Amino acid sequence: MRIKEHPILTFEAKEEIQFYYNGERIVGYRGDTIASALHAAGVKKLSESIHQQRPRGFYCAIGNCASCNMEVNGVPNVRTCITPLEANMDVRQQVGKGRVR
Amino acid sequence: MKRAEFVIIGAGPAGLRAAKSLLDAGAKVLIIDRSDLLGGQLTKQTHMFFGSEKQHASKRGIDILKLMVDAIIEHENLEIITNATVVGLYKDFVIGYVKADVYYKIQADSIILATGASEKAIPFENNDLPGVYAAGAVQTLMNVYGVKPGEKVLMVGSGNIGLIVAYQLMQAGVEVVKLIEAASHIGGYLVHASKIKRLGVDICTNMSVKRALGKDHVEAVEIWKLDAQWKGIEGTEETLEVDTICMAVGLAPLTELLQQLGAEVKYVRELGGNVPVINQQFKTSIDGVYACGDVAGIEEASSAMMAGEIAGIEAALSRGYDVENAANRLNELREDLSNLRNGPHGEKIRAGLAKLGVL
Repeated sequence: MRIKEHPILTFEAKEEIQFYYNGERIVGYRGDTIASALHAAGVKKLSESIHQQRPRGFYCAIGNCASCNMEVNGVPNVRTCITPLEANMDVRQQVGKGRVR
Repeated sequence: MKRAEFVIIGAGPAGLRAAKSLLDAGAKVLIIDRSDLLGGQLTKQTHMFFGSEKQHASKRGIDILKLMVDAIIEHENLEIITNATVVGLYKDFVIGYVKADVYYKIQADSIILATGASEKAIPFENNDLPGVYAAGAVQTLMNVYGVKPGEKVLMVGSGNIGLIVAYQLMQAGVEVVKLIEAASHIGGYLVHASKIKRLGVDICTNMSVKRALGKDHVEAVEIWKLDAQWKGIEGTEETLEVDTICMAVGLAPLTELLQQLGAEVKYVRELGGNVPVINQQFKTSIDGVYACGDVAGIEEASSAMMAGEIAGIEAALSRGYDVENAANRLNELREDLSNLRNGPHGEKIRAGLAKLGVL
């Protein structure tokens, strides 16, 4: 779901970065946030809510609403919409409040 | 503890312009922003701005941002901390922020809050499904990261954000299936509405979302007509096959930090919610604390820039800095700001500011 052609913006080829989503290897680009890389790879559901385990995706994409919280490198509640993607990050869908691994 | 004379929280149009004023006056400035990019919402504004030439009219937001950043970035008196979230603002002007899981403290002499706003949502069944995204989020995803939010979108809200983001979705190759508006008329500039209408987007007023459909993400949406009291009318439901519901239903000022500090805030519906009580100098109820841009009332980037410049000049003057031609420049800015708010689209702002006692 990457934009290939755009009348105003140019999206130059960027360095590919490998990371892990629920243990599976995924490729994103340098300059992505975790959430943008996941979305580009087709992952919209980022967590399950605390009380009803309902699917959650991002909402605000500016680090404000906490809807995009995931477990990253064993740390829960990371705001993936503003966290830059890094090589070999271990990103996991968060269930409820998540847990420290 | 680290000290800084002027700390600006938020590197959007208001914050960057306030920084420029202060640097021009010879002050040292520290800017803190939670994103890794400078510019706040300007980073994704690919459309051309309106207004007069002084306000960079007919330049794209992203290009205006570049000008603003270039004007200050090399300055020796400027320090910028990005990827840092301010989490505490104390009455003795100690600022606490978190960067890479580490908590830092700074002692400031004067604080300028330019924290902006957050997007609102509206209640409907399944409004928490992935695929229900705020319009600004969709813009960020597309215009900053080059990722499409989906393939088929329902846009909710016909203010300028809804209209502009609908157009930008089409530029990114995404189909805008429909744009709906709960009110009986289009909220934004008609020039934006006409543009997307010409491109074939159906704009329907008196209409809202009944519910989103889908298991793990949005697969369809049910919309319905609203009566004069904004209640859904049974039997008017229509199902649209979309994978994204884009919410452009307004913004709320991010005043939490101001409230921690004990600054007086007031609920003013026309300005988007709780806003700080400010005066003509953009000073809050606390000496040495200024608020400018959307945090002081939802407006637009052009007014945020002017507000930022005024706040910066006033903050510099208040600490004894010499600002060249200050009185004239301030008059000019106040006049420009009031001209910008003068048209029919400024009616809400004027009503809100009157309630605050600033007009």
